[in-house]
Amino acid sequence: MIEVKNIIKKFGEQTVLKGVSTRFEAGMTNLIIGQSGSGKTVFLKSLLGIHTPDSGTISFDGRIYSELSNDERRELRTEIGMVFQGSALFDSMTVEENIGFPLKMFSNKSPKEIKERVDFVIDRVHLVNAHQKRPSEISGGMQKRVAIARAIVNNPKYLFCDEPNSGLDPKTAIVIDNLIQEITQEYNITTVINTHDMNSVMEIGEKIVFLKNGLLEWEGSNKEIFKTDNEAVTDFVYSSELFKRVRKMYLEDDK
Amino acid sequence: MLIRYLSQIGKYFIMLKEIFNKPTKWSVMKQLIFKEVDDLIIGSLGIVAFISFFVGGVVSIQTALNLTNPLIPKELIGFATRQSIVLEFAPTFISIIMAGKMGSFITSSIGTMRVTEQIDALEVMGVNSLNYLVFPKIIALLLYPFVIGLSMFLGVLGGWMAAVYGGFTSSPEFITGLQTEFIPFHITYAFIKTAVFAILLATIPSFHGYYMKGGALEVGQASTVSFVWTSVVIILMNFILTQLLLS
Repeated sequence: MIEVKNIIKKFGEQTVLKGVSTRFEAGMTNLIIGQSGSGKTVFLKSLLGIHTPDSGTISFDGRIYSELSNDERRELRTEIGMVFQGSALFDSMTVEENIGFPLKMFSNKSPKEIKERVDFVIDRVHLVNAHQKRPSEISGGMQKRVAIARAIVNNPKYLFCDEPNSGLDPKTAIVIDNLIQEITQEYNITTVINTHDMNSVMEIGEKIVFLKNGLLEWEGSNKEIFKTDNEAVTDFVYSSELFKRVRKMYLEDDK
Repeated sequence: MLIRYLSQIGKYFIMLKEIFNKPTKWSVMKQLIFKEVDDLIIGSLGIVAFISFFVGGVVSIQTALNLTNPLIPKELIGFATRQSIVLEFAPTFISIIMAGKMGSFITSSIGTMRVTEQIDALEVMGVNSLNYLVFPKIIALLLYPFVIGLSMFLGVLGGWMAAVYGGFTSSPEFITGLQTEFIPFHITYAFIKTAVFAILLATIPSFHGYYMKGGALEVGQASTVSFVWTSVVIILMNFILTQLLLS
């Protein structure tokens, strides 16, 4: 579980996060949504420790990040898996080497054990015939699968995904969403996803955090988002005619 | 402007300190070092050999053609070739050429990793990305003096071949010139410079790649800026070291 208490982050004169507090539970897919410039990326990067908040605390199962020593932070980072927007796979390595990298760096496993674990996660993310290929030789969807495999290979307690569906076709996007949700539930991971994709919100949003102008405007589940009368949320989520109709049908069914 | 330069210099020294913090696991580092030796050292041998051999030949021919006074002995051709190659051409000018070849490779490869979030990925995993990326380059460049040693040898060989086979002097005269007033400290001086330039060649391009911001266009710009600054610092350090060691 990740608990965020009143975090504020400024860049010069500009305050990007103005006191955000929330809680992300384990075994759930937690989504952060909001318009461009709402502070989503800064929020995610603050959770990851890439940005240091000016005030407030972020605790990982009771461990307050700002109070940890460098060694403890390093230890904590080995419990984190991250799927970047552009996958961020290492160009100079094969798919197999990319996935095995965290194990090679942080575990005392033998090459044989690493190979076995890599093969297991490759199967888990349904990657076929890609072991020896380089990232440039595989499709965007496969790259995302490799990124997810690399993020989970070390059995992380926390999984962060930045726009995991960007650049993917709708079918592949749903497959990736479902894969993340399955893995989250299977391994009881605290998963936090930064997304713009409303399909993901509807499909896997067990907890949704909506940010607006650096403030937490609304939070709830994908069921509750249909019923909310928060204008900022409805303006953002139901901006397309299609989603307006979907909402209308859902509310009618619910009656 | 001055504040910006000073802040960049400060950032460079902080980076140098950070490179040696939290070392990467030796089994991984060993492979990275071998890869860098292959990319930076072995990959540079061809161009260094080619340039050194022919520039040595040109220095020798130029010297011979300017010796119009019959009172000046032909041995001077060997002497001038040795001094030019050993003192300046091999350590300094090959380093400037390497600032273009190795430097732009280092900046663009690290810069591309920055723009594609590969460096962020390393950091999030808990890897000291500066140690992972830059330390192996510094270790690989400990072999740089061998490249410069090769350059000195091939430069003098090129000079000898051009002078002897071009009919400008005889082989014994050229070799006598090579041995005339030989000061062993000049070799030490050349290798001290080489070692300093090796550190600059590994770290300045890495600095420009690591701290770059933007996209593909900025990677190209960073490579150019890195070449310019590496060359400028090499020339400045050449002046300072020559003053300190030879004056």
